[in-house]
Amino acid sequence: MLTKALQNPFVSTLAVALIVVALPLVVGSNFHIRLATMVYIFSIVVLGLNLLMGYAGQVSLGHAGFFILGAYSVALGPSQLGLNPWLSMAGGVALTSALAFVIGRPLLRLSGYHLAMATLAFGAIVYVFITNEVDLTGGPDGMQVQRANLSVLGLSHLMSWYWLAGGFLVLSMLILSNLLSSPAGRALRALHDSEVAAGVLGIDVARAKLMAFVISAALAALAGANLALLDGHITPAAGGILRSVELLTMAVVGGLGSLVGSVAGAAFLVLLPQFLTEFHDYEHAILGFLLVVIMVMLPLGIVPSLNAVMRRWLP
Amino acid sequence: MTTFFQLVVSGITVGSIYALVAIGFTLVYRASGIFNFAQGEYVMLGGMITGILMTTCGVGFVPASLVAILVTVAIGAISYLLAIRPARSAAQVHLLIITIGISVLLRGLTSALLGKDFVRIPTFVSPETFNIGGVVIQSQALLVIAGAMAMASLLWLFLTRSFVGKGITAVSANLMAAKLVGINPAAIVALCFGISACIGAVGGLVATPITMTSYDAGTMLAIKGFSAAMLGGISSAAGPLVGGLLIGLFEAFGAGYVSSTYKDAFALLILLGVLAFRPQGLFGNRSTQRV
Repeated sequence: MLTKALQNPFVSTLAVALIVVALPLVVGSNFHIRLATMVYIFSIVVLGLNLLMGYAGQVSLGHAGFFILGAYSVALGPSQLGLNPWLSMAGGVALTSALAFVIGRPLLRLSGYHLAMATLAFGAIVYVFITNEVDLTGGPDGMQVQRANLSVLGLSHLMSWYWLAGGFLVLSMLILSNLLSSPAGRALRALHDSEVAAGVLGIDVARAKLMAFVISAALAALAGANLALLDGHITPAAGGILRSVELLTMAVVGGLGSLVGSVAGAAFLVLLPQFLTEFHDYEHAILGFLLVVIMVMLPLGIVPSLNAVMRRWLP
Repeated sequence: MTTFFQLVVSGITVGSIYALVAIGFTLVYRASGIFNFAQGEYVMLGGMITGILMTTCGVGFVPASLVAILVTVAIGAISYLLAIRPARSAAQVHLLIITIGISVLLRGLTSALLGKDFVRIPTFVSPETFNIGGVVIQSQALLVIAGAMAMASLLWLFLTRSFVGKGITAVSANLMAAKLVGINPAAIVALCFGISACIGAVGGLVATPITMTSYDAGTMLAIKGFSAAMLGGISSAAGPLVGGLLIGLFEAFGAGYVSSTYKDAFALLILLGVLAFRPQGLFGNRSTQRV
């Protein structure tokens, strides 16, 4: 009964919502609130990536590309077009989704390694473009982002983004939980097990994959916009190849096919460097090492492995 | 016209390195079905270890390069036996992530132990240049091209003429049948990882006098080597070599005639184009999937 409840996506959404609400009552320091906000922001991208990889079974090494497009849209919208930052965020998410829709059709005909490399190439092209268009984006030094927050409600800049990122996270989890328990979500899961069998059962395979791809791109852009607005500054390094690898690691370490796993994976990778400050030089080496060890020892990821243990010991 | 031939020369020089990465990729892929994302790191390690040994430890070129090749080969074979083989029955995605993890680990260790600065190897052939009708060719560039061709031919001879090489071909062709005639696939695949690391390290140490190297050079090399393998066709013998040279030429012409800041984007665009329109590559056979 308990284990069954833990696997219900709505229960995990509620649990995450409770954590978001309760955390500011427990921790007071700005540093910890900031870390929590980063966890929420990365959870949003990883949720989308998990929908694509864990449910639809398609690998992407290019989501840092969508992430950085969202981030630069809130930087460029106000400075180039004089748009309001909130409108820029909405516009960035919409444009990134449209881009994902256009490139998704040809890309998603590929599978496995080919899809991974094609998405990697896409992400790298976005990165090269943003790094080289110095007049528009400030090049490798990055650019300032016009401040936007909820100070009208009496919240500080940090607390506004804590609540916004937490709110977006809970909202995304709610939408994905709904999606996954709908026929469209069951179609996605069928795809993960066998594309051929899903096709034979009358599922429009190409359409289902494209839907997952566009939703994941939209969530990546939303998270990127959140990060840029929180930091007030954005550089292309926020969306390099290593970032795509990091996002993939979060999804896989937390556990593919588990919404709460995405949050756990994001929390693990955001908080890990805080415990490794003494080994700062070895940060990437440790990241790579953990990635290998977790993949070899716990190929299912943290949350599904814990679930399996609990299923054995709990009623 | 001089510019054109100058670009051809530089294109073939970098293309030779991409070809070596592509050859290493296809060797491992055909024997094990594993896509080794760490292939570019071998090139980086070959250059970095040789360079650091020569510049900061004052070791001569020959011992330094031998140490670099041996260390890289050991890393290649050990990473397969310790990290990849235990997970061999896992899904493709997991194996890909493991090799990405190895690549990040090697990068991280290199930056922590050998530093983040660019490393150069002093040119080890006379620094003279040839001038043929206005086209300038460095002798080191000729060495890179000759080295790549030599490695490719040696590998081909090894695969087709030697007993062990035929074992590799057997494992690539049919794993079950190879096991039945008494071939140990673990040893063969570990050997392939070792050979591909050796090919990469040699590429790194002949190219570094021209291109320099740093701890983060491997990822782009892996992507370009993969683009080369896909362009040539992963199932053909000459595919990776021709693919590498073509990617090098595209890149040189793109940088020379279109835009030098977008140099890295050309290989990526070719990769996307090939994957979208001709996933079997120029020389590959169209494969059909059994259901």
